Amino acid sequence: MIKTVSRLQNPREWLAFIFVWGTAGFVTATFCWLLGDILWHGLSHISWTFLTAPPENAGRRGGIGPILVSTALILGVCLAVSLPIGIGTAVLLAEFTSNQNLFGRMTRRSLDVLAGVPSIVFGLFGNVFFCKTLGLGFSILSGGLTLACMVLPILIRSTEEGFRAVPASYRLSAAALGLSHTTTLVHLLLPAAIPGLLVGLVLGVGRAIAETAALIFTSGYVDRMPESLLDSGRALSIHIFDLSMNVSGGDANAYASALVLVVLLLLINGTASWLATYGLHRKIVTV
Amino acid sequence: MTPLKPLAGLDPQHLLNKKSTYCNPHSFVDVDRLSLHYGEKSAFRDVTLSINKGCITALVGPSGCGKTSFLTCLNRLTDLTAGCHVSGRIMIGTIDVLAHGTNVIQLRRRIGMIFQKPNPFPLSIRRNLEFPLREHGMRDRAQLGTAIETSLRDVGLWDEVKDRLDSPALALSGGQQQRLCIARSLALSPEMLLMDEPCSALDPLSSGVVEDLIISLRGRYTILIVTHNLAQARRISDYAALFWVQNGAGQLVEAGPATQIFEEPRDPLTIAYVNGMRG
Ligand SMILES: Nc1ncnc2c1ncn2[C@@H]1O[C@H](COP(=O)(O)OP(=O)(O)O)[C@@H](O)[C@H]1O
Ligand SMILES: [Mg+2]
Repeated sequence: MIKTVSRLQNPREWLAFIFVWGTAGFVTATFCWLLGDILWHGLSHISWTFLTAPPENAGRRGGIGPILVSTALILGVCLAVSLPIGIGTAVLLAEFTSNQNLFGRMTRRSLDVLAGVPSIVFGLFGNVFFCKTLGLGFSILSGGLTLACMVLPILIRSTEEGFRAVPASYRLSAAALGLSHTTTLVHLLLPAAIPGLLVGLVLGVGRAIAETAALIFTSGYVDRMPESLLDSGRALSIHIFDLSMNVSGGDANAYASALVLVVLLLLINGTASWLATYGLHRKIVTV
Repeated sequence: MTPLKPLAGLDPQHLLNKKSTYCNPHSFVDVDRLSLHYGEKSAFRDVTLSINKGCITALVGPSGCGKTSFLTCLNRLTDLTAGCHVSGRIMIGTIDVLAHGTNVIQLRRRIGMIFQKPNPFPLSIRRNLEFPLREHGMRDRAQLGTAIETSLRDVGLWDEVKDRLDSPALALSGGQQQRLCIARSLALSPEMLLMDEPCSALDPLSSGVVEDLIISLRGRYTILIVTHNLAQARRISDYAALFWVQNGAGQLVEAGPATQIFEEPRDPLTIAYVNGMRG
């Protein structure tokens, strides 16, 4: 206590104090305002029917059932593709290439550049490559694959950091016990790297589920219930975009859809941090 | 100094006799003109040394003279360090350690290593012991159970942990963790143990317990132990070797029976080192 008081007697300390708390307060307040606004306008429209029914009259009425299904499918395709490739590449970068290795350095540099590329560029690339060149058309598959390309750089880099954060002593003691590199990787390093993987996953999925630009040109607008991965499907974020920009009188449903999206994001975040601290960690430590 | 508990009260002569009855004066490890470089930098140069079977050999010397590096040559842990180059010849039993065709996995199974900082895996106590055993092909549950109990009894940890084998190994005290690491190596039935300052990260009491444990392993295993604690080296070792940095690289200054190194050293460096630490 005494320390705080004496520090704040200095005017410069006061300025720093006000700046730090002010910015933190500003950020928190902005988020609360956003959330409050969405809750205020959206909450009254949320119902079981809204979550399951198909949209009517261009989305002004009805619900978001097919849109939720399309979103889940797109996300599913994205994860099914990006997780194995992501983990594999992270293992290659962290365990099989040294910091000096040219191939490793180039790959890392490219990934860091890719992670900063605007999503519209991924969208146009997906449109040309998946929709046209591979002939997948406007489809959930094209959208999921495009998202996978977008998410991979973040996922790989943070999983790689996860591997690098594992203490060197694990590797040494495992090797000294005559355990093979593969065994060490699968049984010791991978579990220990899972927190890094989860961070990457949350950042990646967060980016993917909120994505509009990359999906407009790949998975399309169609708001019917998709029948296969080759059908076009409208993602939640595109639905919100469409309702608020192109459909007059769609605001109420746009708010409700936005609320669903925010809740989904919070759920994903919460689950991942719960897994990181309790579920998986426990398992690693005691089983 | 922690007194040597089980042998306290015995006169030094008796102690020496006791040592020699366990220790068999046949060479088990033959190191011939071994040198190691990290990139351009030389860690140690031209070390020629024999290590006798079943004996405890202490490796002493100031920090940075290449003791840890020397240990890691014997189980080829050097393979894990990029830019590390080893030359010379090491024979352990009939294995030519540095030869290309040597089965490193089998070599490391036969030569356990204990590190300065206890490093159990972040698994349960049981899994720490079971995991390496399974990887080396022991699948039978009963057999695994026996191996785990035997190795824990060997390090005097069984009574302390038998009721909580499934709790995390990292919850054990430092000394218990170090004994668990020794048990983990012993479970693989090695012929030799490399110990890199196994007591230096422990409190004096745990250090004493681990020291007694090492003494109890004499005769059954060939032990090469690095220690900074000269009093400890004197208490436990049958043979000793002094490393020293000369001309920018570690070199073997003097090696021989512990009594000779500690009581009648010949080399001026050894005399200075032994006396300096004594004072
Ligand atoms: N991985 C490494 N890379 C480069 N130099 C190293 C490495 N490990 C040790 N060294 C150097 O080699 C020399 C011997 O180190 P070390 O074997 O750890 O000595 P000691 O165990 O006797 O203290 C030191 O000068 C140290 O800086
Ligand atoms: Mg050392």
